[in-house]
Amino acid sequence: MSLEPQELSELRSKIGRDPTSTELQIVAAEWSEHCSYKSSKKHLKMLPMTGPLVIKEKGYDSGVLDVGDGYVVTAHIESHNHPSAVEPYGGAATGVGGVIRDILSAGTRPIAIFDGLRFGNIENDQQARWLFKNAVTGIADYGNCLGIPTIGGEVEFDVCYQNYALVDVAAIGFGKKENLIKNHAKKGDLVILLGGSTGRDGIGGSQFASYSLESENRSAVQIPDPFIEKLIIEATLEARNQKLIHAMKDLGGGGLSCAISETADALDIGIEIDVEKVHTRESDMHPDEIMVSESQERMLIVTSKTKLKKLQEICKKFNIGCSVIGYVKFDNQMHIKKGKKTFANLPTDVVANATLLDLPSKKPKYLETIENERKLEPITDYSKLMMKFLASPNIASKIWVYSQYDHEVGIRTVTKPGRDASVLRLDNGKFLSAKIDGNPKHCYINPREGAIGCFEEACRNVVCTGAKPIGMLDHLQFGNPKDPEIFWTFLESLKGLTNFAKFFKIPCIGGKVSLYNETPTGPIKPTPVIGVLGLIDKKPSIPQKISDDDCLVIVGNTKDELGGSEYFEYIHKFIGGKCPVVNFEDSKKNMFSVLKVIDDNLIKSVHDCSKGGIVVAVSEMCMTNQIGCKVSLDKVPGEKLTVDRILFSESHSRYLLALERKNLRKLESIFKKNKVPFMEIGIFGGNKIQFINSLKSIIDLRVDKAQKTWLNSLKDLVIHG
Amino acid sequence: MKVGVVVFPGSNCDRDMYHVLSDVFNLDAQYYWHEKGLPKNIDAVILPGGFSYGDRLRAGVIAAHSPIIKDVQKMAEKGIPILGVCNGFQILVEAGLLPGVLLKNESLNFMCKWTNLIVENNNTSFTNQFKLHDKIPIPIANGEGRYYVDNNTLKKLKKKNQIVFRYEEMINGSSDRIAGVCNEDGNVVGMMPHPERAVESEINPIDNKPSSLIFESLLTKTGVHN
Repeated sequence: MSLEPQELSELRSKIGRDPTSTELQIVAAEWSEHCSYKSSKKHLKMLPMTGPLVIKEKGYDSGVLDVGDGYVVTAHIESHNHPSAVEPYGGAATGVGGVIRDILSAGTRPIAIFDGLRFGNIENDQQARWLFKNAVTGIADYGNCLGIPTIGGEVEFDVCYQNYALVDVAAIGFGKKENLIKNHAKKGDLVILLGGSTGRDGIGGSQFASYSLESENRSAVQIPDPFIEKLIIEATLEARNQKLIHAMKDLGGGGLSCAISETADALDIGIEIDVEKVHTRESDMHPDEIMVSESQERMLIVTSKTKLKKLQEICKKFNIGCSVIGYVKFDNQMHIKKGKKTFANLPTDVVANATLLDLPSKKPKYLETIENERKLEPITDYSKLMMKFLASPNIASKIWVYSQYDHEVGIRTVTKPGRDASVLRLDNGKFLSAKIDGNPKHCYINPREGAIGCFEEACRNVVCTGAKPIGMLDHLQFGNPKDPEIFWTFLESLKGLTNFAKFFKIPCIGGKVSLYNETPTGPIKPTPVIGVLGLIDKKPSIPQKISDDDCLVIVGNTKDELGGSEYFEYIHKFIGGKCPVVNFEDSKKNMFSVLKVIDDNLIKSVHDCSKGGIVVAVSEMCMTNQIGCKVSLDKVPGEKLTVDRILFSESHSRYLLALERKNLRKLESIFKKNKVPFMEIGIFGGNKIQFINSLKSIIDLRVDKAQKTWLNSLKDLVIHG
Repeated sequence: MKVGVVVFPGSNCDRDMYHVLSDVFNLDAQYYWHEKGLPKNIDAVILPGGFSYGDRLRAGVIAAHSPIIKDVQKMAEKGIPILGVCNGFQILVEAGLLPGVLLKNESLNFMCKWTNLIVENNNTSFTNQFKLHDKIPIPIANGEGRYYVDNNTLKKLKKKNQIVFRYEEMINGSSDRIAGVCNEDGNVVGMMPHPERAVESEINPIDNKPSSLIFESLLTKTGVHN
């Protein structure tokens, strides 16, 4: 773990001497890709990051949105891919811990967790199954113990993640605007390390995450302790209530090195610390180790001497460590001592700001031919195929996962997991809706359109709950950025997201870049994961029970867009074709028209149409409501397509609505006025899922049988293989 | 009416319970930290859910040795209504205030789901407003929620009418589908499911009235309601 030769000479010229060994460790941690974003930072600036609801403060690790009446929502997303690929339980658990502390740092209470999980093909890969099972348990054990509900997420399996894991965790916080920590420091203020002890776990974790995973470096994986984290949450919020915190930052990647240099740089101050004052787990730790240890459950707090006693009392109450490790100076240096001896003394701006790179990019060669389709085997029995499809890991219900997460604690969860998006009630009578979405299969075929699709899908999910999107989080996960072809896909995805965000005026309030995600067989597919937050001023759209004779209406056109679809990839084992493309104008029209009919109370239930196509979306509505539906495929609006393409196309901007017949007229007039493509394509009733085309039966399935398969297949696969 | 909500390090349903007591049922709820004693003029005590001491050793076992438990014991003897929910139930069992133990669920996983309870004893401080065999839709959320007693104790529980709630369906392997029990006097009740998550219609997708009767029963017992 060290600096590259040119970085070392750069450091030498910036400080005008040879760095000490401690300085080298500090700078290597802070200049790692993981901490510095050196490959991506220049480009990330293109994203719109401001808006009427966005609150900006110095030194925040999470985004802040004003949700009115004196309240704010904070949000952040992180991943823990490298550690989870080696030790899935601890990697996933500490991933939760890290993002929770980012929320806490702003002075807000964490109120929800989301997880996005990706593994290899669990149908035939035992390693993938082991990673999946343990990552889920890691998240469950950590989040449940904290009493923060895990209310949503997504799980996907793709052979590109073989021997690897993507574990993304997003968190949401809530609090009073007046309680936000306005990071600042006064001369003579004390620097305090609060929480768990510093040990030898996670040493060099950020550098470990900044290279391709070649060895199982277990000492670079951090050890989780949710009980200490819970105590830290309560202690810091109590300290916040008593106004005892001037500035606060969590210790994550890069440990103390990162927390001190970034805090000092953001506040334009210097910090001097004595590593002997740090409470450690082992007695013989070297200053280098103390500075880069990534032991979890630690917070850095700046406060005044007069407030120290009260802070110590709170820490004593919760029985957590509280060490005064140093103080604030105004020389913009980070000065690391052990007793009287200096081990490092560096300008904070040098440490905190790695030289940003402008990496070359080149369109990947594979993209030249990826859209060409090959001839597919004709389908003879769609009903049989459908049962196989409903049991497939990517389509099957994820109830086995979310039933292990306490998703009710905190008594805010109005719409529970398993729906399009989850909804939380806020203290001001409003509701917050949120969802994260990714689609590496689409992004592989077209990194730009695929990324836009993820963004639109997350918006659609939030819209289905009656919420208007107010902010987004982006998590950009790619392979080695030094490969120009991979870097091109990164830039394309980023440009796509930027265009969509600007068009819809949805600010990016936070994000993360994770690079060097490489497996033994090559880079992962481009995997941007997008989180969208939506706000509901009045009442959320709670799905009502669908009953006999209710009609099924589809909004949006179905197009010949099956590239990267589950149908092509799972059924035909074919990677290629044209992936779905979002038309921004259509997207907006459809989105706002659906919000309008929800607002007018015209519908019983809305469901987003995405992975697996219409056939999966309709089946999900039927299975969730335990009711049958008869759908006429020839009525589906859009391009004229063969039966399989209508069933399985994953075109965006489509919604399925269930409503009482008496409301159909009003609905039609709204859609016609807004020039939204729509059609009544089916009628609910009975106990069968039926699709017909020109009077010919295509699919005929019993709802109960389909539901049993859909609900149980993932659990059976994990437990029995 | 004063209700104490006991808070241990790692409790995480304390704020939910406090909200329900004070905002839904307009009671004078107070938090009591585990190291402190309980005041004498208190009318009821609730031990909320969570992961006291991170469930180390065994759920509830460390918290059962907290200083405040001595006061809880004294109040139990005086007949003051005491309710333990989830981790609170585990603590009451570990403290010897209620019979039985709570083991890891049969699935070996944490389980969070809505289920139905059947009221088996409507003579306790927390069930006096129910009819026998009333059904309560309510969520569970636990990893160690499998209630276990040996056969002799089970016979005794039945004889003394100490089984308060049963699950409508077997969900976790509990002895005789037991979800909640009481002491012989019926003033101390422990239950694994979370009534505080089910009393508000906004977050209860089925029916919030049955769970509310648990709190209404307490109000009746303590004379707030007649």
